[in-house]
Amino acid sequence: MTQPRTLFEKIWDKHVVAHEPGSPAVLYIDLHLVHEVTSPQAFQGLREKGLKVRRPDHTQATMDHSIPTTDRSLPILDAIAAKQVNQLRTNCHEFGIPLADLGDENQGIVHVIGPEMGLTQPGMTVVCGDSHTSTHGAFGALAFGIGTTEVEHVLATQCLLQNRPKTYEVRFAGALPKGVGSKDLILALIARIGVGGGTGYVLEYTGEAIRALSMEGRMTVCNMSIEGGARAGMIAPDDITFEYLAGRPNAPYGDAWDDAVGRWRRLPSDEGATYDKLISIDAATLEPMITYGTNPGMGIAITQPVPDPASAGANGESIRKALDYMALEAGKPLLGHAVDVVFIGSCTNSRISDLREAAQLMKGRKVSPNVRVLVVPGSEKIKKQAESENLPEIFRAAGAEWREAGCSMCIAMNGDQLAPGQYCVSTSNRNFEGRQGKGGRTFLASPLTAAASALNGVVTDVRTMLG
Amino acid sequence: MEPINTFKGKAIALPIKDIDTDQIIPARFLKTIDKQGLGANLFTDWRYFEDGSPKPDFLLNQPRAQGAAILVAGDNFGCGSSREHAPWALMGYGFQAVISTSFADIFKGNCYKNGLIPIEVDESLHTELLESAAADEPYEIEVDLPNQLIRLPDGRTATFPIDAFSKKCLTAGIDQLGYLREQAAAIAEYEAGHLDRVSTL
Ligand code: SF4
Repeated sequence: MTQPRTLFEKIWDKHVVAHEPGSPAVLYIDLHLVHEVTSPQAFQGLREKGLKVRRPDHTQATMDHSIPTTDRSLPILDAIAAKQVNQLRTNCHEFGIPLADLGDENQGIVHVIGPEMGLTQPGMTVVCGDSHTSTHGAFGALAFGIGTTEVEHVLATQCLLQNRPKTYEVRFAGALPKGVGSKDLILALIARIGVGGGTGYVLEYTGEAIRALSMEGRMTVCNMSIEGGARAGMIAPDDITFEYLAGRPNAPYGDAWDDAVGRWRRLPSDEGATYDKLISIDAATLEPMITYGTNPGMGIAITQPVPDPASAGANGESIRKALDYMALEAGKPLLGHAVDVVFIGSCTNSRISDLREAAQLMKGRKVSPNVRVLVVPGSEKIKKQAESENLPEIFRAAGAEWREAGCSMCIAMNGDQLAPGQYCVSTSNRNFEGRQGKGGRTFLASPLTAAASALNGVVTDVRTMLG
Repeated sequence: MEPINTFKGKAIALPIKDIDTDQIIPARFLKTIDKQGLGANLFTDWRYFEDGSPKPDFLLNQPRAQGAAILVAGDNFGCGSSREHAPWALMGYGFQAVISTSFADIFKGNCYKNGLIPIEVDESLHTELLESAAADEPYEIEVDLPNQLIRLPDGRTATFPIDAFSKKCLTAGIDQLGYLREQAAAIAEYEAGHLDRVSTL
């Protein structure tokens, strides 16, 4: 009998090319995703060393971070962003890498298009110069973000030097109540373990509540693993995974599909496999979550008051500093707090199911006249799908803006940004100081909470609107 | 890369926990296609007012910060975005090492690749260093990478962890890519042995 192994261990073991004593393992990378912001210096490094890209066929590039989400037929006004975008074009052309350029049917946020194109598959190793690469773990892949030097390593050798991380089982028993979704589930976890709680670990999400999630919901969960400090988060593949993948452009087909599914079914952690750490959370007790502070770990159930730094022990100073930046009072709930902007988008929550949820709530209603609402689809494909379901009409009739695909106000590199002092309910993943624009103040929440808050103009418990 | 062995530098203290890479270098400066020039915008939103004038209260704008080479910062330094622009900015400013109780994983890896030394110390020493590095007297710490030690002005030493491979690369000035490229034969053999998966795409 072989030792029972976890999902992570099976994928890790299979990808170790070499492991010399005293050195990290040489890990083979199946899929390398590339975007304009973290790659230019890596391509420059190749050029200086006279190197080629080893496996352009395992590499896919797109543009998402610094591009405008307004009319695509217009030139990019920001000269520095335009230069960066052009540099990616040049690099992809020179090194033979497929690029989903602006206007391409596959263009979109890198973590949205990988799965959408069927590139992300169970059992793979997936990397990208972007911390939210953890998203792809939803397919039962080992997926993590890397720095630009490592981007160069993968381009040149298709491998990375890695020390083996520890494993952490995150079990969500029970079923999520109505109005509470995958975003609330992951925000609740991070509030519990803190932004450094997963450092050094790969998370595996298990339990009934996880099994019940759609692929979109699973991607939302894995996406934010990094906000708990874990480079990767994963979910064992099952029929929901296979159903999502079947027929996608890069998924295997015919006999190869059957073979692949056969292999993928052997990936889930074996009975009796052990993890280095475990946390168990009862999903049935969760409520809609919202953050009040300046890191994703500063989250509360929407009905709770903002914590008091004086009674927060070692975290008191951080909370005091956060409340100061956010101009919030301790002890008061966020419910009813005025909102200036609502952003529905990002690699966390810009997929079709997110847009459908928001549209359903906004249908036939008007957003508050005091609120600017941006709805930004994650990809061209999602945009087309939403259009075929008439979602843009619903958003526009409600008074929201419907934009082109990209990262947009998640990172505020492209001009979509908050003004200093503005409050934003955002479906993105980071509420760091200035993340959505210098001086801007972010409340992270689910698409449902965002849509409900847009309608009322204040932070709202969506459960009061679901009937 | 230049080999790094022992160096001594003035330490300054930024006693804030969970400093994320968006604070170290905000996203609007990531449109560059170079590694150079980021030091000028290190901690920019904490450092400058809207009109570009320096905020006098912020550490880097105080006379004590002039010529500092070691940053003592709060727990979990470098969390958030994977941007390697963070170590580029810290080094561009002149830092050679950061001391904390813990570092975020991706940030730590990025530091090693660039020659910025992340130094983990235990909580009690950390508390002491935060205080000493905030005092009016300049506080110099020596970093001895081969021996994985920091040496304090009073002669006391403390060890810090670093994986053997990163240490070897840093002290010898070896680029890690060189090591990976030497594995070319093993990589080719691996690819040939996993055709079913390697050829899925
Ligand atoms: S949407 Fe935000 S978090 Fe996701 S890849 Fe873009 S900038 Fe990063």
